[in-house]
Amino acid sequence: MAQSSDNAYNDPVSGRAPLIVGGHDFHSLTEAVAAPLERKTPLGWWLFFIPSLALLGLFGLSIGWLFWEGTGIWGLNNPVNWGFAIVNFVFWVGIGHAGTLISAILFLFRQKWRTSINRAAEAMTIFAVMCALTFPGIHVGRVWVAYWMFPLPNQMAMWPNFRSPLIWDVFAVSIYGTVSLMFWYVGLIPDLATVRDRAKTHLRRLIYGIFALGWRGSHRAWLHYERAYLLLAALATPLVLSVHSVVSMDFAVAQLPGWHTTIFPPYFVAGAIFSGFAMVISLMVISRVAFKMEDIITVRHLENMAKITLLTGSMVGYAYGIEFFIAWYSSNPYEFGVFVNRALGDYAWAYWIMVTCNVVSPQVFWFKKARTSMPILFVVSIFVNIGMWFERFVIVASSLHHDFLPSSWDYYQATFWDFASLIGSFGLFFTMFCLFCRFLPMVATAEVKTVLPEADPHDGDHKVRIEPATASGAATAEGIA
Amino acid sequence: MALVDLMVPKLPDTEVYGALARFPTTRALYRACERVRDAGYTRWDAHTPFPVHGLEKAMGLPSSKLGWVVLVTGLGGAGLGFLLQTWVHTEAYPLVISGKPLFAWPAFVPVTFELGVLGAALGAVIGMLALNKLPMYYHPLFRSKAFERVTDDAFFISIEAWDPKFDLEQTVALLRSCGADEVELIPGEAAAVASASDQAQGRPA
Repeated sequence: MAQSSDNAYNDPVSGRAPLIVGGHDFHSLTEAVAAPLERKTPLGWWLFFIPSLALLGLFGLSIGWLFWEGTGIWGLNNPVNWGFAIVNFVFWVGIGHAGTLISAILFLFRQKWRTSINRAAEAMTIFAVMCALTFPGIHVGRVWVAYWMFPLPNQMAMWPNFRSPLIWDVFAVSIYGTVSLMFWYVGLIPDLATVRDRAKTHLRRLIYGIFALGWRGSHRAWLHYERAYLLLAALATPLVLSVHSVVSMDFAVAQLPGWHTTIFPPYFVAGAIFSGFAMVISLMVISRVAFKMEDIITVRHLENMAKITLLTGSMVGYAYGIEFFIAWYSSNPYEFGVFVNRALGDYAWAYWIMVTCNVVSPQVFWFKKARTSMPILFVVSIFVNIGMWFERFVIVASSLHHDFLPSSWDYYQATFWDFASLIGSFGLFFTMFCLFCRFLPMVATAEVKTVLPEADPHDGDHKVRIEPATASGAATAEGIA
Repeated sequence: MALVDLMVPKLPDTEVYGALARFPTTRALYRACERVRDAGYTRWDAHTPFPVHGLEKAMGLPSSKLGWVVLVTGLGGAGLGFLLQTWVHTEAYPLVISGKPLFAWPAFVPVTFELGVLGAALGAVIGMLALNKLPMYYHPLFRSKAFERVTDDAFFISIEAWDPKFDLEQTVALLRSCGADEVELIPGEAAAVASASDQAQGRPA
């Protein structure tokens, strides 16, 4: 077991790899997680933060110009009325899903390895949903009536159409964002209390103290806290599956060939988890080194995520194949025509980028060498993110540009402002992520402590009856004030 | 008033808030909790940096009732959501769109589900905070310097002075005999008002 220090190989006695390496105890874990919050801002952080902030500025500029000039600044045309805005929206919502999967679904399955990565993944979810929600907000053209999306009483006595998937989407995504935020914050409370209790200045103690709500680690409180966490996980699990299903119905409920397929909900959910895990890998490969957390976010964590990426990538590949099969098997020449056009027509370049990135590139994860190699993990995860963006582009553009009336067929070409809003949304995402890494505990410290062996009051043996303690302990006790 | 009573923390108004004992390991804490429970104390608590598995058994605590709160708020959210959609489409704004019936209940399912989840999640978070009486920014335990380690690596038991079994000498002796590293008396409200410097002269951390 030459490489046991990187945690990718199993312990020969227990048959499982330890979750945390480096011989940490409770205090050293606190130190390791609190260090990035307490030391002077490192130069490297600025090197990430300033470009991110610049891109965020570009985002603001592109939105400002959009509001001033209207959606004509985008490359939309008559058959292709939905362009980058919806592509970016679906892309970002999908990215968010891995965070919820890690925090909720792996929690319900008692996958203890999640504790090292769930905090950062949940943060990623929230920032991704922020990016996603921007696009439906700005793409409506008449932004001053964006409040029509919500069921608000108004002077026109007008109400939204609850029989439309677009309004389902408003509810699904905004509630998903709200629930994710609450789940994340509940998880943060004990760790904010840790930062509060370590604070050296009054201001710092005050600010973290306000958000820690006066948490005292009381076991009576832990009891309700753990139940609340379990319930939130149980609620978030069906929620996350419903959200991307509802997003897919924006397309699937329409009559358009290429969109009107029953495979969309599971296919979208698999794709969302796939792209989200790729994003978590991209972020973790960098930040575990940048913040010196290799002992906590170990190679084993990344290897597990690579396995999930391989699984979901193959599911997505299967869905691509089944879509074609059903289009042919339906004997509907228009349906099949759309799919042939997708692979061989004007947008064939985008289709084959998608297939190469999403189906071919993750196949390297069949090999352990690839799953445990940082450069390969990083490159493949970037490929997957590119591929998953193109998947949404292919669905939107290639289906719309050849609609029912051949005389209106057209080709959609993105403009500078389309790209500016896409790249700018990454600015929003990375700005938020940089601020998160600097000011909040990146790892769920209280949860990670529970997976250390000494956290178990029974020393791993539940059957042995614990004998009452003797009075010998009193020898170490001090006097009373 | 009942709601206000529920939200305002009740604390002993005595000279001494209670006794605070620090234990080195989860195992020592677990044993100590069993002994404090068996000694018949009721107004006491264990404080740990992370939830110690099964400690509620050693403390003799019942399981959390939060699930019932969540059931009610979840069903409430779903029910209100369904009623909202039905009312909008049959009463407030009856408009035929794409030939769908006005009371198209299958189309109401997604929003009903989402609002049910929202209600349940709000119930879980707000209910948890209410049951734990949080936020509570003022608490006598925060006067202890040693208690700052409760969110790091130390395990504590606190016994409050208004417990009927509380007795300065016996309670401290019990905690020491359980294997506490350190036992400290936390000044209560009366002491804090009388002399703000008490805490500074308290036990060293």
